[in-house]
Amino acid sequence: MALDGPKQDFKYIGTRPDRPDGWDKVTGKARFGADFSMPGMLHGAILRSPHAHAKIIKIDATKALALKGVKAVVTRADFPEGLEGEDWNIQENVMAGEKALYDGHAVAAVAATSQLIARDALKLIEVEYEVLPHVTDVDKAMAEDAPVIREGAADYSVPEGMHPNVVRYMESGRGDLEKGFAEADLVIEESFTTEAAHQGYIEPHACVANLGADGKGDLWCCTQGHWFVRQMCTAVLGLEATQLRVTPSEIGGGFGGKTTVFIDPVALALSRKAGRPVKLVMSRSEVLRATGPTASASMDIKMGMTKEGKITAASGTFRMQGGAFPGAPVDVTTMLAFANYDIEHVHHVGYDVMTNRPKQAAYRAPGAPMGAFATESVLDELCRGLGLDPIETRLKNAVKEGTPATFGPKFPPVGLIETLEEARAHPNYSVKLGPNQGRGVASGYWMNWGGETSASVAIGDDGSVQVSIGTVDIGGSRASMALMAAEAFGIPYENVRVSIADTGSLGINEPTHGSRATFASGLAIIEASREATRKLCQRAADKWGIDADAVTWEDGCAKPSGPNAGEFDPLTIAEIAAEMGSTGGPISGHHESTPDGFGGSFGTHVVDVEVDPETGRTTILRYLVVQDAGKAIHPAYVEGQFQGGAVQGIGWTLNEEYIYGEDGRLQNPIFLDYRVPVASDLPMIDTVIVEVPNPGHPYGVRGVGETGITPPLPAIANAVRDAIGVRMKKLPLTPPRVLAAIKARD
Amino acid sequence: MVQVHLWSGLRPLVDGREVVEVEGETVGQLLDNLVKDYPGLKPAIDKGVSISVDGQIIPKSRGVKVKDSSEVFLLQRLYAG
Amino acid sequence: MSKIHVTTKVNGDEVEYLCEPRETLLDCLRDHLDLTGAKEGCGTGDCGACSVTMDGRLVCSCLVLGAEAQGKEIATIEGMAEDGALHPLQRKFIEHAALQCGICTPGILVAAKSLLEKNPDPTETEMRYWLAGNLCRCTGYDKIIRAVMDAAAEMREAS
Repeated sequence: MALDGPKQDFKYIGTRPDRPDGWDKVTGKARFGADFSMPGMLHGAILRSPHAHAKIIKIDATKALALKGVKAVVTRADFPEGLEGEDWNIQENVMAGEKALYDGHAVAAVAATSQLIARDALKLIEVEYEVLPHVTDVDKAMAEDAPVIREGAADYSVPEGMHPNVVRYMESGRGDLEKGFAEADLVIEESFTTEAAHQGYIEPHACVANLGADGKGDLWCCTQGHWFVRQMCTAVLGLEATQLRVTPSEIGGGFGGKTTVFIDPVALALSRKAGRPVKLVMSRSEVLRATGPTASASMDIKMGMTKEGKITAASGTFRMQGGAFPGAPVDVTTMLAFANYDIEHVHHVGYDVMTNRPKQAAYRAPGAPMGAFATESVLDELCRGLGLDPIETRLKNAVKEGTPATFGPKFPPVGLIETLEEARAHPNYSVKLGPNQGRGVASGYWMNWGGETSASVAIGDDGSVQVSIGTVDIGGSRASMALMAAEAFGIPYENVRVSIADTGSLGINEPTHGSRATFASGLAIIEASREATRKLCQRAADKWGIDADAVTWEDGCAKPSGPNAGEFDPLTIAEIAAEMGSTGGPISGHHESTPDGFGGSFGTHVVDVEVDPETGRTTILRYLVVQDAGKAIHPAYVEGQFQGGAVQGIGWTLNEEYIYGEDGRLQNPIFLDYRVPVASDLPMIDTVIVEVPNPGHPYGVRGVGETGITPPLPAIANAVRDAIGVRMKKLPLTPPRVLAAIKARD
Repeated sequence: MVQVHLWSGLRPLVDGREVVEVEGETVGQLLDNLVKDYPGLKPAIDKGVSISVDGQIIPKSRGVKVKDSSEVFLLQRLYAG
Repeated sequence: MSKIHVTTKVNGDEVEYLCEPRETLLDCLRDHLDLTGAKEGCGTGDCGACSVTMDGRLVCSCLVLGAEAQGKEIATIEGMAEDGALHPLQRKFIEHAALQCGICTPGILVAAKSLLEKNPDPTETEMRYWLAGNLCRCTGYDKIIRAVMDAAAEMREAS
């Protein structure tokens, strides 16, 4: 989509100014999801199933409705019938129909004059259940005797004879595996599992809904994508899309988990029934029981290598459960599992399996970390078995521009080799290790995303610039957007104001997901700014009485393009803006597109650990992230993405897991027991930004948000292997598991 | 004619072929002609697929130009994270 | 149910509110006093997003009852910047990009200020343990720790 090749010389891009919303965020003024209120507002609460799998026989809300202050109760009967496909899945997930499908599944909701009354009323709703057999493990859910979550959920791809819980089946690859493995000097075959991890955003889902009986409504909510929220809510409730205006609040983290809806349609249904605005805020245990998490996986990997370190063949079977609905990201797992390497003979098989768990939601590079854990662990074993250096071996096999990817097409320019070379040269890679310490290396990839995008810029009467975008700012992106506008206009960063527009103010925007915001909204801002500067040039041309082609835009001014254009003093943006009203009216620029030129981002991580032989506890000693950003617009926030992704990966590897009891109930639905990394668990996270420009973006940007969570799982497992001499094949590497492995070794 | 490479899960739907040839100057025309010439692919294409043209993954833009010499792969439907 | 009348001081201002006996201090700050800077991330004292000080002591306001604030002095994030000037910690958080989404930031700033009042020259390890009760899911803590260290150094120099 770039008009010409990526720009290389910059005035503002690559600097580290203060973020425009910094002041609000450090003073407590920034308004997040739960910080909104409305006059006459009621408070909602949701009743959730205590059973993993149960038929709902009867719901009686008589006593709840009799409680003073209760204004409305809704159940599935308050939602329209006849939905299909993903619309039905979302409706079924936000409010159970005939069956409760997992512990925490919503079965009814209340609106009352206070939060306390609403919660009291939940206890008065009588639900009669017929408890059914359940299954929460992916391998058990595929077994012949597994309880069926739902008949008829499988799509065209599932061969006959598979269990009805298998809802999608995929196979891809090329070459001749048998030939490839025959060429190897060493072949290793291992099986691995990962547990579900939650996105763990600190802000629980929250919204305020105001929907009238006339079908017109407003919704304020914390979301990564308010147009997605609009589409889902209107589909689930049978409304016309544009009659619902959705305004995003500041968002307290999402990591993919806020690209869908859980409570918003329920709040709207309550509001419609009660005739008043309704606020709904989830508790932490509701977040853990009923939103997110990512899929869990069970995988078999086989790889072969020559003694020189060339991978000759690779195959993988990936079984993933994504809860009681289709959608585990195993398609991406199969695509990316071996995507780092140039492999002639490769084969992938994937199963998307339903279980009695919450509907999985996207989590940072969905599907990639699990596959990488398995494949990069086997690669590490091959290097060990053949006495090869893990970085040299990766360099020998690394993909580059023109390499046919394991998923088919040839790669455009990518930066894997550059990340490996930087990692090898970094001082962390040559620190001498002590006893019980180990070093691990792994690489990972995410292909990134473009997505529907709409943005506008408008010139203020003093020549300052208002930028409106539709991708919410989840990690400081306003700063990057303002930098790109400043660069495109040639005006100071401080003269740009960036706002996140509501669904009534711009065309459709996909969420801040897929590492797309800086790439896609940035591209749209640059193009919209170019449109605006063309108009500014036209005004100058009119004033000078010359042709617009003879005017160029440079450093915030319109200038004659050369000596032939005539001799005129440059007109600044402020001078043109001051006369806008009398020279043709307001000046703005727009850009709408679905940009396809997103370039993927490779990363390589190097981690050193120490494992306590007495307790099995793993301590991260030092951690290095090297990743390709294409062009880092605001390097501090690029580093922040690298560091945050790495630490989420550390949590997934060492501590975080969904623990289900025999009864199918989640046993750790609070932060005390679902343990995310805390400051004292960690060292500083070292970063190196590699810049291999993306030809698909005017400034060369690649998304950087997601890749960083992929390498940590195998990198840490490889480091633990180095430290204790045992290959850990089941995540997380909790102290009891590691201790047991050490004991079994001795 | 453009050569379209299929992922192996699709091959049983087209008598085991790895590559099929269809007419088309845009991604949209290729997809329409794939369904027309190879009806076995209809359920997969209806469910949603991505396509890659000369290395660039195209999640849904039907208007992207394709040449007879382009490298084209059908990919499983991709989504953002 | 009869409500409890509470008189307390918040950020130096005397305030009063009526609360249910089971409402938390966090509920009262947010719902009765419109001070929404403190956030509820967990409601169980595990995340620290609701951190405030009560009579100078760092507490999770989700674990304190609203009624307990009677006669106490509460300090919240809203009182940290004085006379329109940011506290050095607030400035350093912006300067070091020590926040991404910003939901944990108010709690972390309140907790960090409390640390520096007790110990103006903490080691990195002391800082990491003091802030271990404040979860941040975005940053991996690196830039937070750097910002606190830099603010501490500046405050030592100024004093």
